This record gives sequence, structure tokens and C-alpha cells, in this order.
Amino acid sequence: MALECKHVWDYISEFLDDSLPAEIKEQVQKHLENCEICSAILDSTRNILILTADDRVFELPAGYSERLHARLAREIRASNSRRPEKPRQDQD
Amino acid sequence: MSVAHARPMERDEAQMIAAILAGDSDLYHRLIQPYEFSVYRMALSFVKNEAEAEDVAQEAFLRAFRDLGNFRGESKFSTWLVSIALNEARRRLRRQNTVRMESLDEPPEEGGKVSPALLRDWREIPSEALERRELRALLQKAIEELSPIYREVFVLRDIEELSIEETASALSISISSVKVRLHRARIMLQKDLAPKLKLASPKKGRWLSWH
Repeated sequence: MALECKHVWDYISEFLDDSLPAEIKEQVQKHLENCEICSAILDSTRNILILTADDRVFELPAGYSERLHARLAREIRASNSRRPEKPRQDQD
Repeated sequence: MSVAHARPMERDEAQMIAAILAGDSDLYHRLIQPYEFSVYRMALSFVKNEAEAEDVAQEAFLRAFRDLGNFRGESKFSTWLVSIALNEARRRLRRQNTVRMESLDEPPEEGGKVSPALLRDWREIPSEALERRELRALLQKAIEELSPIYREVFVLRDIEELSIEETASALSISISSVKVRLHRARIMLQKDLAPKLKLASPKKGRWLSWH
């Protein structure tokens, strides 16, 4: 049975992840060959996912790493000074 | 700016963690290095403000250090770290939203259909176009505008590239919920972004006009 557009839309995410059962995947593919709207929806979604996953979308602020490690260093120093000396084993 | 955040495969994180817990605390700096960017990026997609995202990221790394003894090694360290960062971001949002209650914990409504934007053709937007600040801003805004339950899943799965299973475990939701929310998030982004991106398509030379 041929799929309607709105059913194809329900499968777009899994189609992109290639996680559809083979039979449905084939039906979707067949539909896409003949439907320029669904093809454009699929292409645009794929394109948008590639763009949003790009490291350039969110940039690190200048000095982020230095500030982070400086703060961690303070925390680590503080925790070391809190850390009790290892109890010494019973001395004979 | 492109930040290398590939996870080095050769690192034995379990061993590093054991050494840190045994007293070699300074090793923690090296343990978290590969995740500095991803934790910040995740925070930023929630709190929407760079200074605050940095704060959330710092808090998350501090908390992870303090709680390292509780890390059981059942999940990957990165997944554990991500769930700590997520909790930190949620905590922050909850504090801000005590008046304007944006429900973060209520069961999601997953009924109703989400339809994509209908287009007749799609002209590929190349990744180089991301050099343009306005395109980056457009994408950031679209992600930020997703409601929290969709944004969480989308960010973990499609930006941080966790698997479906890891996403489910970081959020303590079922695998089928991850799939449903991911699908909706992607379609909502397509619906929001495709018409805007199309308006500024390379046909008019806008995205590619930079030199």
C-alpha cells in the first residue's frame, strides 16, 4: 500500500537515523522518489541537523578554559587540605 | 572557531578516576578536558546567556569532582557528566522560573501532531555559511525556543551525539520517549528554520557572499 505524505512525515526522524524496519524504509523511499515535497522536507531536515550539530554554532567564550581550570584548581586545593591524612596503620 | 572535542579513545578514564579518588586530584584537569566544550554548549542551550552558561558549566565540573566517588562506571563518564550538567542547568532554570512556571518536571504532553514546513525544493545550505553570525544566531534561537522536554533530547542526541540509549539514561526517560521527542524536536526545527533559511538561500548569494 502506498504511503501518504503525512505518514511519511512521521517516519522522517527514524529514516534519517536509518532505524526504520526494512519494509517501511522501502515504502518511504519509494514515496520520496515521486514526491518532491516530502523529498524537500527530508533534505531540509537533514541539512538543518547538520548545521545545528556544527561546533561553530555555539562558541566558547574567550578565557573559558583558563577560568574553569583555575576554579577547579582552587577546589582541588581546598579538598586536599580537607582530606585527612591517611590514618597510619597500627604502629608497633 | 572550531574546537576539537573528539573523545580520545585511548584514554583509560576508569583508571584516571581511580587515581583521582586515590588522591591524585590534579588528574581531574585532564579527565575533563575533552568535555569542556560539550558541557558548556549544553548549558548554553538551556540558560541562553553566555555568562550563566559558563557558570553552570563550572558548577557541573565542580559537582562532578565532589561526587566522583559516586560514579559507578555503569555508564560512560561523559554520559554521567552530561546528566550532572543537565541537572545543574535545570536547577538554574527552576530558580529563575519560580514566578513564571515553565514546567520542567511535569509529564510531557506528547499528543497531537507536529507537521513540517512544506517546501517544493530545498537548496542545500553549506556548513561554510556558519561563518555568518546571523545564521548561527538563527540556529541558536531556534534551539532555545524548543520547549525543555524537546530541547533536552535534541541537544543530547543531535548536538552532543549521545546514542538513543545514552540519552534515555541521562534523562531517566524511556527509549520510546526519546524517539518520540526527538522526532518532534527535529520536525519543529524544520518547521521553524526551513522557511527562514530558504528566504536567505544561496540563490540570492547571501550565505555565500562573505569572503
